[in-house]
Amino acid sequence: MADNRPKKHQEDDAMNGSKLIVPKKPGLSRRKAIKLMGAGAAAGLAAGPGFVRYAQAQSSEPIRIGFQVHRTGIGAAYGRWYERTTTAAAALINEQGGINGRKVEIIAEDDGTDPGRGAEVVEKFATQHKCDVGFGTLFSHVVMGSAPRAGELKLPYYVVSEGHHVASTGLNRYTFQPGITDVKSQVIAMAPWIAKNVGKKVCMIYPDFAFGHDHRDYFSAAIKAQGGDVNALIPIPPTESSFTRYFPQIPADTEVIYHVMVGPAVLTFVKELGEHFGSSHPALFGFIDSLEAVDLKSPGLEFLEGSYLWEAYPRFAGASPKPHDTFYREKVGVDANGASVSDAADISTFSHMFGCWETLFILKRAMESAGYQGPADKAKLIEATEAMTSFAEGNEHPQGDKQFNGKIHQCFGHQNITQVKSGVAEVVYRTTIEEGLYEPEGDYTKMAL
Amino acid sequence: MAAAVLALSALGLSLVFGVMRVVNVAHGEFFMLGAMLAWWTAKMVPGGPLAGFMAALVVAPAAVGFLAFLTERLLLRRIKYDPEATIVATIGLLFVIQQLALSLFGADAKPVAAPFTYRIAFPWFGYSGYKLFVVVASVFILVGVWWVLARTRYGLIMRVTQFDRETATAFGIPVNTVYSAVFVAGAALVAVAAVLIVPIQQAHYLMGLDPLLMSFIVVIIGGLGSIKGSVIAALIIGMADGIISVFFSPTLASIIATLAVALVLVVRPQGLFGVTAR
Repeated sequence: MADNRPKKHQEDDAMNGSKLIVPKKPGLSRRKAIKLMGAGAAAGLAAGPGFVRYAQAQSSEPIRIGFQVHRTGIGAAYGRWYERTTTAAAALINEQGGINGRKVEIIAEDDGTDPGRGAEVVEKFATQHKCDVGFGTLFSHVVMGSAPRAGELKLPYYVVSEGHHVASTGLNRYTFQPGITDVKSQVIAMAPWIAKNVGKKVCMIYPDFAFGHDHRDYFSAAIKAQGGDVNALIPIPPTESSFTRYFPQIPADTEVIYHVMVGPAVLTFVKELGEHFGSSHPALFGFIDSLEAVDLKSPGLEFLEGSYLWEAYPRFAGASPKPHDTFYREKVGVDANGASVSDAADISTFSHMFGCWETLFILKRAMESAGYQGPADKAKLIEATEAMTSFAEGNEHPQGDKQFNGKIHQCFGHQNITQVKSGVAEVVYRTTIEEGLYEPEGDYTKMAL
Repeated sequence: MAAAVLALSALGLSLVFGVMRVVNVAHGEFFMLGAMLAWWTAKMVPGGPLAGFMAALVVAPAAVGFLAFLTERLLLRRIKYDPEATIVATIGLLFVIQQLALSLFGADAKPVAAPFTYRIAFPWFGYSGYKLFVVVASVFILVGVWWVLARTRYGLIMRVTQFDRETATAFGIPVNTVYSAVFVAGAALVAVAAVLIVPIQQAHYLMGLDPLLMSFIVVIIGGLGSIKGSVIAALIIGMADGIISVFFSPTLASIIATLAVALVLVVRPQGLFGVTAR
C-alpha cells in the first residue's frame, strides 16, 4: 500500500531508522560515527565566535577589546598601522600583567572603512564576540555610522578619530575619544601662529565629509578671530583620484594654501599640487594627513621644501628624542624617520596611530580604577573614564601630557607645527594645551547610562 | 587629458559591445588589473621607471588579454553570449577580480613612477609633461584602432560579424574566433590605458569602478558599438568635465554628465552615433 502521509512524515521515519538501511562497513561502526559527529559539533561550537569558554571562572577570562580596523577600503594605510600599534600596546599591557590581573585580547574586525559595515562590526562585538569594549575607529564617517549602534547596544566605544563629533556631544554617553585631540581644538591652537607667521588670506582644500567639514567650520572661525580671512573653500569628494582640475579655483591673492586630504590618493594630490605650482607657490600649510604613509622624499614632492605641516606627533624623532619616544618607536617597530624598521619604504601614520596606544593605556587605567570585572560593570567603567582629568607624559603617553574633559569625552593635547627642511620635517612650534581649549558644547554625564 | 584616457578606456567596452552585443561589467576591473600589473612589473623590472614602464606596456595587456581569453572561453561561450546572463556573470567576475587583487596585492594605493618627469611651466600654472604624453599616446592608439577597423582585412571581418552574425558564418568567417579576438583586444586596450594612467593616479584595488561608470556614460552617449561615437562622446564629456570643473565645480560636472546620459537615452536611445540594434 502506498504511503499517503505528507512527505515530511515519511522523511521522519527514514531518520528514525525504520526504513533506513545502514550498510555494514568495516571500520566505521555506528557508535564511532556518532562519537565523531559529537566531537565535530563540539569543536564547531568551541570555534564559533561568542562561545564562552571560561564561563565557570569569570576572572580568568581575558578582557576582550573589539578592534574596529580599516583593513581595506580608503583607510587601509591607517588601518595597517593602527593594528601594529594596537598589537604592540596590548602585548606590553599583557607583559605588565594585563588589566586587573586579566589578559587583554584584541579581537580585530575589518570594517572596510565603510559606515554601514562599521555599525555591523560594532554589533558583532557586542552580540557575537561578547567584547567588553569597542575600540580604534579612525575615519569620521565610520564613527558617525557606528557610534549610534554602540550607544544602543550599551557597548563602551573608544574611538581614535580626531573628528569633533565626540566633543560636539552629538553622539552618546558610551562613545569616548580620550587618546587624540579633536580637529576643533587642533585648529584653534594653531590659527594664531599661522596668522602671525604664514599669512592671513587662506584658501582651504579639504575632503568633502564630516572630518573635512570640521576643518572648514572651525578653522574658518579661528582664522577670522585672528583678523585673517578664508578666501576660497575647495571641498574634494573623498573618492577623487585626480585633483588638477580643482587647483584653478585657488584665488591668485592667496597667501596660504591650507590642505588636508585623506585616502589612498594623497600622494597624487600633493604631486599634482606641485605640478600645478612648481617652485613659486603661496605658502603651504598642510595637515600631515595629506602625507600620512607617504615618504616626504618621494619624487615630485620637492616643492614641499619650506612648507609647514601640522603633526600631532612629529614623524621624525629629531636630534634629541625623549626616552619615552624612543621606547614607543621601538615597541611599535618604527625607526627615527617614522618608517617601519623592517621596510624603510613603509611609512607609518605616525601622527594618528599613537592614539591607539594611549587609548589602550587609558582604558587600562579606567578599568583598574573602576575595579572592572565584566560587562556588568559597564556603567562603572563609563563613570571612571569620565572622572579622569589628565594624563602625564611618559611611556604610556609618548605624544605628550593631556587634559581630559569627562563632560565632553574628549582629551586635549599639544600640537606641533613642523617645517620641511631637506625632506625632513622639523618642529618649529609646539602649542600649549591651553591654546586649544574651548567652551564645552554640552554634557554627556547628564545623559542616562 | 581626461578625454583622452576616457576615450581609450571606453573604446574597449564599445568594441566588445559593438561586435559581440554583450556588456562587460568587469571592464573596469580589467583596467584596475592592468594598473596593478603595471605597478608589479615596475617593481620587478630593474633599470628605472622607463624600463619598468616599457615592460608594463607589454606585460599588462598580455596578462589581462589572457585573462579575457579565459573569461571568453570558460564563461561567455558557456552562456552563449546571452546578454542578460553576461551582465550577471561579469558582475560576478568584477567581484572576483577585485577581491583577488585585494588579497594578492593588498589594500594600499601603489605609486608608480612616471617614465619621465617634465613640468611644462606656463606663466600662471604648470602642467605635467607626462600627462601631455598620455594624450598623444591615446590619440595614436585611437587612430590605430580606427585604422585596423576601417582599413584592414581583420577590421572588415569584425565589421561583418557585427553587421550580421549568421551571414558571416555562412561566408566561412570563424565567428567564435572573432569573438575571442575582440574580447581579448578590448581587455588589452583598457590595460594599455591603465598602464598609461597609473603613474598619474596610483594603482588601487577599488580604482576600477570609476572608469567603468565613465566608460558607460561615454558609450551610451556615443552610441553602443560606434567607435566614432565613443571617441566624440569621450571628447565632449572629458572636455565638459574639465571646463565645468574649473569654472563651476566638479560635482556639477558629474551631475551634468549623468543628466546628459538620461537625456540621450530619452531623446535618442541608440546614442548620438549609434545604429538601431538589428
